[in-house]
Amino acid sequence: MMATPAQADALLRVEHVSKTFATPDGPVKAVDDVSFNVAPGQFVSIIGPSGCGKSTVFNILGGLLGDYEGRVTVAGETIKGTHPAIGMVFQEESTFPWRTVVENVAFPLEIAGVPKTERLEQAAHFVQMVGLHGFERRYPAELSGGMRQRVAIARTLASKPRILLMDEPFAALDEQTRLLLGDKVLQIQQALQQTTLLITHNLTEAVQLSDRVLVMTYRPGRLKRVVDIDLAHPRDSEVVSSDAFGHYVAEIWHDLREEASRGIQDAESQALHRTR
Amino acid sequence: MTMSAKGFWTSTPGARIFGLLVTLAVLGVVEAAIRADIVNAFIVPLPSQIAAAIPRIVAEENVLYRFWQTTQEIFAASVLLALVGVGLGVLLYSFRTLRLACETWVAALAAAPVVLMYPLFLVIFGRSATTIVMIGFAAGIAPVILKTVEGLAGVRPVLIDVGRSFRVSPAQQFRLILLPAALSSVFVGLRLGLVFAMINIVGVEFLINFGGLGQLINDLAERYDLPGTYAAICFVVAISIVFYVMTGKVERRLRPHQ
Repeated sequence: MMATPAQADALLRVEHVSKTFATPDGPVKAVDDVSFNVAPGQFVSIIGPSGCGKSTVFNILGGLLGDYEGRVTVAGETIKGTHPAIGMVFQEESTFPWRTVVENVAFPLEIAGVPKTERLEQAAHFVQMVGLHGFERRYPAELSGGMRQRVAIARTLASKPRILLMDEPFAALDEQTRLLLGDKVLQIQQALQQTTLLITHNLTEAVQLSDRVLVMTYRPGRLKRVVDIDLAHPRDSEVVSSDAFGHYVAEIWHDLREEASRGIQDAESQALHRTR
Repeated sequence: MTMSAKGFWTSTPGARIFGLLVTLAVLGVVEAAIRADIVNAFIVPLPSQIAAAIPRIVAEENVLYRFWQTTQEIFAASVLLALVGVGLGVLLYSFRTLRLACETWVAALAAAPVVLMYPLFLVIFGRSATTIVMIGFAAGIAPVILKTVEGLAGVRPVLIDVGRSFRVSPAQQFRLILLPAALSSVFVGLRLGLVFAMINIVGVEFLINFGGLGQLINDLAERYDLPGTYAAICFVVAISIVFYVMTGKVERRLRPHQ
């Protein structure tokens, strides 16, 4: 099969990826034959209900999970394990509590062997980029949850990844903070032309930030639909009040509702099974 | 700006002064109870007599040198505890089979009266400071190992994943992530180990009548110099305070975010 121009230009290519986990109740297929491409500079979100295998895809792409079927390539190079081209931002609070903000951000540079003065200078630049100027010498315990996630994003950006991979980074934040942080992420993504893949279960977030939204089915996770978001750039959280935004949210929710219902039914039947 | 009375007592200097006043009040109550014959003066000497005995034992019993001897023994034991105890904890954490095989035995060692094995240590190391240090070390090592393993095993997986995502080497993972994350628990173990070591070091000095403050306490007790005995015990308490403050300072230096 001949590749389309979009496929040929793809920076990240995911081909027929499947993953099965062995559990005490037998094998569970978490991800089933997932394929998609992400072009350079594009912002793509993967959305799906809880338990659809989003985080499994995140861990496979980040190289934290091996032993899967299919192939993942970055700029044509098949990746096995972690790869310098992919930077990960985790859902859980992941800053190092014993390091200051600037030391946290300088962490990947320290690993890369950059001299101290130089790495602190570079880190300060990324701290400023995420809007935390003045907080360089603070420890994470002195920051809010949203600020800590910005530190985590700055730390990943400091490693200068070609692809920024984020797993529900704002899941623990309130809706207002989430919208405003979305603005910040969009600004950075557009300024750096940063290729970004966001894993989320939040419809508003997916439409607000993305050029393309991939909707996944409930277990086993398959790609159900791809929705191109044709909202103008530069974009900010004001976009949520537009008719077009509402249209996209409704369109995605139409597909997602069925999957989310299946997820809830499955969880309820499992709970019932456990109590018997 | 003046500080209110409530504000002063809840401040650090206020709390310290309050602690001192409470201690003096308790000593006053004990003094009164002994003078009123509620407590037998042949068992518990008057606190004022103990205070008066301090300059005497400094002048006559060379107590400062003995204080220094015991301090050196405790310091040597604490260095051994930190190096060997943390090292063994890391080893047990790194090899699951070893951990499963040994963890229960180490926990059992924590509860064992190691001091009773002093004849064996005498045979191995002779009647020397080495025997005292080694018994202190043996008595304190179990909590250091156990708390090191607990601290390392309790490191949040996401922090390890962050390291993996940046492709850290195993040595970098240990030095930059595991150890700093586990440090809080490691220090709890070191403090516990140090307490056990101190008790056993003074106890063995007493038992084998050798070395610093323990031997002095033995001598004074045998002479039935109770105020002197209690005054010497005050110096043991002083060592305990010195080491408590020192470990606190080291911990604050290594964990400035706390």
